[in-house]
Amino acid sequence: MKKIIAALAISLMGMSGAAQAEYPERPVLLMIPYGAGGATDFQARIATIPAGNEDMLGMPVAIINKPGAGGRVGWNWFANEADNDGYTMGGYNVPHFIAQSIKGGVDYSTDSFEPIANWGSDPAVFVVGKDSAFNSMADVVAFAKANPGKLTFSGAGLFVGHHIAALQIEKAAGVKMLYIPNKSGGAGAMKAVVSGEVLGGVNNLSDAFRAQAAGTIKILGVADLERNAFLPDVPTMMEQGLDVDDTSVNFRGVMVPKGTPQAVIDKLAATVPAMFAHKRVAQKMKAGGSPMKIMNRDEVLAMWAKRQVTLEALLKGL
Amino acid sequence: MDFIFYFGEVFTLTSMLLLIGGTIGGLIMGATPGLSPTMTVALLIPFTFNMTPVHGLILLGAAYTSTVAGGAVSAILLKIPGAPANIATTLDGHTMAKKGEGAKALQLSFISSLIGGLFGVFLLIFLTPELAKLANEFKTPHVFWLAIIGVTVIGSLEAGSVVKGLLSGCIGMWLATIGFDDIQGVKRFVFHPALGGGVNIIPALIGLFAIPQVITMFSKGRFQTDMEQIQVKKHPIAAAFREVFSRKRALAIGTGIGSIIGLIPGVGGQIAGLLAYDQAKKFSPEKAKFGTGHSEGVIAAESANNAMVGPSLVPLLILSIPGSPTAAVLLGGLVIHGIFPGPNLFIEYPEVIWPFINSMLIGQILMCIFGIYIASLAARVAQVPQSVMAAVVLGLALFGSYAVQQSMGDVYVMAVLGTMMYFLERFGFSAAPLVLGLILGPIAESNFVSGSLMASAQDGTFAFFFTGGLNILLVSIVVLSIGLSLWSEITAKETER
Repeated sequence: MKKIIAALAISLMGMSGAAQAEYPERPVLLMIPYGAGGATDFQARIATIPAGNEDMLGMPVAIINKPGAGGRVGWNWFANEADNDGYTMGGYNVPHFIAQSIKGGVDYSTDSFEPIANWGSDPAVFVVGKDSAFNSMADVVAFAKANPGKLTFSGAGLFVGHHIAALQIEKAAGVKMLYIPNKSGGAGAMKAVVSGEVLGGVNNLSDAFRAQAAGTIKILGVADLERNAFLPDVPTMMEQGLDVDDTSVNFRGVMVPKGTPQAVIDKLAATVPAMFAHKRVAQKMKAGGSPMKIMNRDEVLAMWAKRQVTLEALLKGL
Repeated sequence: MDFIFYFGEVFTLTSMLLLIGGTIGGLIMGATPGLSPTMTVALLIPFTFNMTPVHGLILLGAAYTSTVAGGAVSAILLKIPGAPANIATTLDGHTMAKKGEGAKALQLSFISSLIGGLFGVFLLIFLTPELAKLANEFKTPHVFWLAIIGVTVIGSLEAGSVVKGLLSGCIGMWLATIGFDDIQGVKRFVFHPALGGGVNIIPALIGLFAIPQVITMFSKGRFQTDMEQIQVKKHPIAAAFREVFSRKRALAIGTGIGSIIGLIPGVGGQIAGLLAYDQAKKFSPEKAKFGTGHSEGVIAAESANNAMVGPSLVPLLILSIPGSPTAAVLLGGLVIHGIFPGPNLFIEYPEVIWPFINSMLIGQILMCIFGIYIASLAARVAQVPQSVMAAVVLGLALFGSYAVQQSMGDVYVMAVLGTMMYFLERFGFSAAPLVLGLILGPIAESNFVSGSLMASAQDGTFAFFFTGGLNILLVSIVVLSIGLSLWSEITAKETER
C-alpha cells in the first residue's frame, strides 16, 4: 500500500514539478531483486532511512521488489525497462549478478549498470552442526579427501556467493565435495545443517552469527581476506591454508542504469555514501548483525572489474 | 505460566491502539486480493523502526493473525482467495454466499479462525521447545512425502470426476515448472520475458478464480440481473457459535492439521486449509454436501489456516530458522531491534517475546469481534447487480495482481491463466486442484532433487525416501489417502446402480 501511495505521489509530483528544479525533485525508487523481508531488502530499507534529510537526497527513497530466479528477474528488468533519468535506482549483489552474466541467459552484465555506492559486505562462512566431529577446515578437507564426493554441504543456490565459495574451497583443497543447492535459499540451507541432513554448509556470516548465538551450529572458517568484527575468533580460509579470497563475499549496494546523466550520477555518488554512513543506519545495521562496508563509486568500479576477471576464470568450463 | 505476568504490557493504551489498528488494518489488507499476509507484514516493518520492540512486535503479530483471517472475506464473498491459505474456504464459503448465507459463512469463518488460532498460539506458549524438536525431525524426504500427500488430495478435492481433478493438478504442476530453476540452473518454458521468474502464485490465484467469474457475469448480459436478486439472510451470532461447536469433528480436524502443517518448515500454511478440508470431507457422514455450501467445509478450512499461525513461529523463535515467507519477514522485525531468536529467547527477552505472543491471543479475539461486525455489512455484497460486480471484481483482480511486485508481466499472466480457466471450467475442470498443483509441484520437485543429491552420498535414493519411521508413516498415509479416494469412488458407483 505504501508503495502505491509513493508511486501516486511520484506521478503527481512529476506533473507539477518545475522544469529547472535540481535533481532529485521527487522521490526516488530503489528496485530490489529479492523479496520483501529478505536480507537484501531489509538492509536496503535501513540504508535508505536518512534519504529524506535535507543534507542527503532531500527526497525519500521508495523500495520496490522484483524478486524471482535468484535476482535475474529484477536485474533483467533494470537493464531493459528501468528509466535512466536517475529516479530509478537498483540494488546490486556481487558476485551474484556478475556470475549470472558470465554464465549467460540474462540481459545484463557489468556494462549495463553504473555503480553508485556500496553499503554492505556479508562474507560466506563454512558451518557445521553443533555436534559435528569437524572442528576446523582441515577436518573437513581430510574427510573429503578420504571420501570423495561424499561430503554433502548446502548453500542457497547456483551462481550465488555460497556457490562461488563452495567452488573456491573445492579448488583450493583439490577435493571433490557434493554441493546441495537449496530452493528455499539461505534459511533452507541452514535448516539442512542444523537438522544434520548435510555434513556442512556455506552460509551468510550474518545468519550464521545468529545461528551460532542460538547454539545450533559451529562456524569453521570465513571466506574473506580478514577476520570479521562479528566473529573475531573464527579464522579465515587463508589462515587455515586454503587459498580462498574475498570473491564470494556478498557485496550489496546501489546502482543506476547505463545512460543516466553524468550530473545525476555525480550527485548520487557524492551523497549516497554519506547517507550510508549516517549514524542511524550504522546503529540499525549493527543491531541486526549486518556487516557494513561503505565504498564510493570508484572503489565499487574497481571491485566489479576485479570480480569479473576472477569469476570468469573460476567459472570457465563449468 | 510465565506469559500471564506479561499481559500488563498488552493492556496499555498504546499497545491496545496498535493492536486494534493492526487488527482492523490486517482484516482490510487480508480481504484485498493480492495483499497477502507476507506482504502486509513486510510493508509494516519500516513503521516499527521507530517503535519500542514490544510495540513493533505487537503491531506485526496483530497484523499477521488478522490478514490470514481477512483473506476469508474475499474468498467467501467474491470467490477470490486473498492468499493461498484461503483457497479451501471458497469451495463451500462462496456457495453459501451465493445462497444468501454470506453473513453466516463469514461468522462461521471468523469463529473457527478464533478457535483454531487460539489453539495454535497456546501450543506456541506451552510446547515450543518440544515442537522445535519435532520440526527438526522433518527433513527433505519427509517434506517430499508431505507434498505427495497433498497431491493425493487433488483428485478428490472437487465433486466432479477424479480424472479431471488429477488432470487439473497436472496442469498446475506444469505451470510451476516455468521459469528459472535454481537447483539445476536452467531456464524452463520461458516463452515470454514475463515468465522469467516463473508463475507467481498470487496473480495466478487471482486469475484462476476471478477471471472465469468475470467473464460469466459479463456474458449473462445486463437484463437478467434484476431477476437474480438474492435474499440476504440475517444470521444470529449465537446460532453461529452453536453451529461451530456442533461441528466438532470438522473443527478438530482443521485445528489439528493446521497446527501440524504450520510447524513444518518449508510447507507453510498454503496447503493446511486444503488438507483439512479434504480430511473433514473424507471423515464426514455427509460427504455429498461438501461443495454445496456446507458449514463443515468452511469450519475445517478456516480453523486450519489460523491454527497454523502459532506453530509456524516455532522454528523461527527456537531454531532461528524461518519456516515460511511470513516468518522470514518477522525475523527481520525481530533482529532490527537486536533480538536474535534462539533457545534462550524466552530467557533473555521475556519482556518482549511474551507480550508479542500475548498480543496474538488478544488479537485473535479482536479479529473475531471486528470480523463478525463486518460480516453483517459485507454479506450485502451478494445483492450488488452482476454487471457492477463484474467490473469491481475485474478491477480488484487487475489491482491485486499488479500490486504483488508492481509488474505488468504478472497482470498478463493473471489474464491469460484466467481466460484459460474459463474454458477449462466449461469442460468440468476446476481451479482449486490446479492451484494446489502449482503450489505442491515445486515443493515436491525441489525436495526430490535435493534428496536424490544427498542420497547419492549415502545409501541411494530408495533407502533415502523409504527408510525410517517418519518416511514409512508418511508413505502409509499416501497409500491410505489414495485407497480411501478409490473406495469412496467405487461405493459411490455402486449406490448409483
